[in-house]
Amino acid sequence: MHLAYPAVLAALLFCTGLYGVLARRNAILVLMSVELMLNAVNLNLVAFDVWLRDALHSGQALTLFTIAIAAAEIGIGLAIVLAVYRNRGSSDIDRLRDTAETDEAETLPGDADADDATHGTADQATAPAGKAKKAEATA
Amino acid sequence: MTTTTLAVLVPLLPFLGAAAALLLGRTAPGFARPLAVLPTFTAAVIAVVVAVRQGGGRAIDASTQLTPTGSVPIDLALHLDGFAVLTAVLVGLVATCVQIYSTAYLRDDTRYTSYSALVSLFTSAMLLVVYSGDLMVLLVGWEIMGICSYFLVGHYWETPEARAASLKAFLVTKLGDVPFLIGLFALAADTGTFRITGILAAVTNGGLDHPTLIALLLLAGVAGKSAQFPLHTWLPDAMAGPTPVSALIHAATMVAAGIYFVARLLPVFAASGAALVVLAVMAAVTMIGSGLAALAQDDIKRVLAYSTIGQLGYMAGALAVGDRGAAVFHLISHGAFKAVLFLAAGVVIHAAGTNSLAAMSRMSGLTKRIPDAYWTMTVALLALAAIPPFAGFFSKEAVLVAAEHTALGDRDIAPAAAGWTVLVAGLLAAVLTAAYAMRLWLLTFHGRGTEAPDHGRQPAAMTSVLWVLAVPTMAFGLTAGVISDWFDGHSLAPTLTTAVLSTGVGLVGGLVTYGAWRHTTALAARPPVGAVAAHPDAEPALVELEAMTSHTAAYGTIADAPDPSDPGRLLLGPLHRHAVTGFHLDALYSTLFVRPVQAAARLVRFLDREVVDTYVRGSGSLARGLGTAVRRAQTGNVQTYLGALLAGTLVLAIAAVVFANVNAGA
Amino acid sequence: MLAATAGHPGFLSPTGVEIAFVLVGIVTLGAAFITVTTRQLVHAALWLVVALGGLAVEYLLLTAEFIAWVQVLIYVGSIVVLLLFGLMLTRAPIGHSPDADSGNRWIALGVAGASAIALVWVVVDAFRTTWIDLDGPAQGSTDATGAFLFRHWVLPFEALSVLLLAALVGAIVLSRKDREDKS
Repeated sequence: MHLAYPAVLAALLFCTGLYGVLARRNAILVLMSVELMLNAVNLNLVAFDVWLRDALHSGQALTLFTIAIAAAEIGIGLAIVLAVYRNRGSSDIDRLRDTAETDEAETLPGDADADDATHGTADQATAPAGKAKKAEATA
Repeated sequence: MTTTTLAVLVPLLPFLGAAAALLLGRTAPGFARPLAVLPTFTAAVIAVVVAVRQGGGRAIDASTQLTPTGSVPIDLALHLDGFAVLTAVLVGLVATCVQIYSTAYLRDDTRYTSYSALVSLFTSAMLLVVYSGDLMVLLVGWEIMGICSYFLVGHYWETPEARAASLKAFLVTKLGDVPFLIGLFALAADTGTFRITGILAAVTNGGLDHPTLIALLLLAGVAGKSAQFPLHTWLPDAMAGPTPVSALIHAATMVAAGIYFVARLLPVFAASGAALVVLAVMAAVTMIGSGLAALAQDDIKRVLAYSTIGQLGYMAGALAVGDRGAAVFHLISHGAFKAVLFLAAGVVIHAAGTNSLAAMSRMSGLTKRIPDAYWTMTVALLALAAIPPFAGFFSKEAVLVAAEHTALGDRDIAPAAAGWTVLVAGLLAAVLTAAYAMRLWLLTFHGRGTEAPDHGRQPAAMTSVLWVLAVPTMAFGLTAGVISDWFDGHSLAPTLTTAVLSTGVGLVGGLVTYGAWRHTTALAARPPVGAVAAHPDAEPALVELEAMTSHTAAYGTIADAPDPSDPGRLLLGPLHRHAVTGFHLDALYSTLFVRPVQAAARLVRFLDREVVDTYVRGSGSLARGLGTAVRRAQTGNVQTYLGALLAGTLVLAIAAVVFANVNAGA
Repeated sequence: MLAATAGHPGFLSPTGVEIAFVLVGIVTLGAAFITVTTRQLVHAALWLVVALGGLAVEYLLLTAEFIAWVQVLIYVGSIVVLLLFGLMLTRAPIGHSPDADSGNRWIALGVAGASAIALVWVVVDAFRTTWIDLDGPAQGSTDATGAFLFRHWVLPFEALSVLLLAALVGAIVLSRKDREDKS
């Protein structure tokens, strides 16, 4: 079989996944696109392993490992997405822009604490829970 | 102990006293006065012992080298000859008296500790200058005196006059010290040594290549330190310091350092006739100009300051005619009687509560309040006016005799022109000296008007030292026959011609002033003149400070008072206006030097603020603009970041592939 | 090299395997395109199943049997199910959602398109004359895979198991609700 067929297919699949990662808004769809990219790489690994007739079969072994790692990645990734969703009520990537550089960001960090403190005094009973939630969000 | 060891102790003891006073001053204020007086007193006693042991015989030389210093060695050397030991005795005596006087004069001063330490340090530096046999070591003492003078003149630094005066004293003397330093280096380059003995030996062997240049450079430093025209302007202003400081620094010791230095190195100056003529002219201008200015001053201390300048002119004149014996003789006697004058003036200011002669002339009975000051000041003024048999007569005679001999060609060290210049100027200055001494005496002690206020007896510490110093003022001149053996050996005794001449002109000056005084006193209306201290019962230093402040406030200047009964005004006539300001030298210097420097400073400030800072601000705003632009890119959208990252990677990858192909093709 | 010894089969005379590979590849690629462009989120997951399944077929055609079945088991069987659960847990809208793509779409299209052109150009340029020899015993049979995996790759295999354990623990910790929330 011509080697160009699997190689070109892998390249196109990879770029499709790339588009998905860059363009999708929902975090779970981004994870799907990542899976596509991983699979493109796997296809390459298998094709070249078969072509080279490697005695150790490094390509196929690595493909298996990649699949395992992808499984782990999807588990962790979904857990993170769920945690974010629970805290923010949204899993849209372009709405999670806390690291944006704004004019407000130039104010001192003490101001935010002061804001927290007034909130805490307003509602003493829920203050620890609110703080814990905030801590989780930062984690 | 050997004489050398004792001589080392003389400058060392006041230095240790100063260090101890500075260290212990805060923790143990009780030690401040003993630490001020005792080391200085001991040093004075040891200086007397050294003088007795040296006995005017051959010079004692001792040296040790701490570390090799290259081609021209610098030694810690002593050179004890008759000049050195006698001057050291004078310095020790005056310094001790001043320290004792200061204990009373600044009895409540919060800064007494640092004051006394600085006076001790100053004494130590002067003694170092006197004893040193190495010019570099001498220069160390010379400069320490300069900085001590700066601090002590600025003792009342709360007043703007004292601040300005201390700065002026420092800067003007430094202005002379720069050429002085260059002159020292040139001298060392010519002779290959800084040792005085080595230099003198080299000069005797004709080893000096540029005598005139070196002498003129050194003269600049001497003129600055010894307040000779045209660098004398700092000395009258330095009267803004406390009176004991004026007595010690600006009458008896520091200003004497310049004269003493020339006396030590006289052969160097004598090698250049031109330098001696320059020195003679300088001395002549100084003598006459300061005499005229002294006649016009209203502040009692400024009169004495100009008088000091004039007497230093006599010493410089003696050096200009090549007689250093006469110069140092006059230096010592002047040191004694000028110290008396200043210290007594301090007592007068305290008792009268003013430093204005115009105010004192409206005050009667001052003689009864302070008889000690009256009598010692009378004696010292007689000595200043060179009336026999007081010390000033003999020492000034010695100067005039030397000038006469040079003028008539009996001595061939200096050109005859120098001799004539000094002789004529000296006689003229004698008239002026007698005149302003008379004016000072009359206005201070023979005023008519309200009774002087009674502040009780003056402290014994202040009056006793007056009598101590009055002894040499009266008797020192009588040693003229003996003391010449300590110096170069030729006679210092007066001759009949000059004695009659100078005493005669002195009497004429005094009598004319007396007549003028009678005239003006009879004529003048007697409006009360202000300028009296606010707290007459406080410590003397505070009274003096208040007197100076109120003088400026009342009359607009420290130098003058609009007093029609002033005999100086009648005697000087139209010159009075110019003499008051020191013949406008300060204004001239201000136009010539101060304003151009200030303009240059403004230019530099403009360049710095407007030109240099533009670039600084530009770089700041450029970085700020770049920062703003970069901040715009930080949207917080991770996908944008990743897209940019991958696009960059892609560009790099394509570039790598293209270059690989190009290279492979090539 | 191998291709050269095989005597240049040529582009114009494709074998049956090649025809099958290209057809399945087109299907896979199409499914992948739909996955990243569809506006219905659940449909995206289902089209992903098609794409991954297509890849499993490609593995089979490349004689990597074991990997093909692993692909089906893990990807199609578990990962897609996980993704579907994720979609449901985050209350993703079922049906048409107009804002599935972010504002980056055109940038993304540019980057992806440029990457695709560059990669395809380079790959085709590099492997124009390379053939895979698929004859002989299957290189990825379960037998062969078991042999090389447990003969040469035992240590990485064991290390990977530790990694999976760590991922398991991490996922539990991350998705667990806090005690305060329960109370």
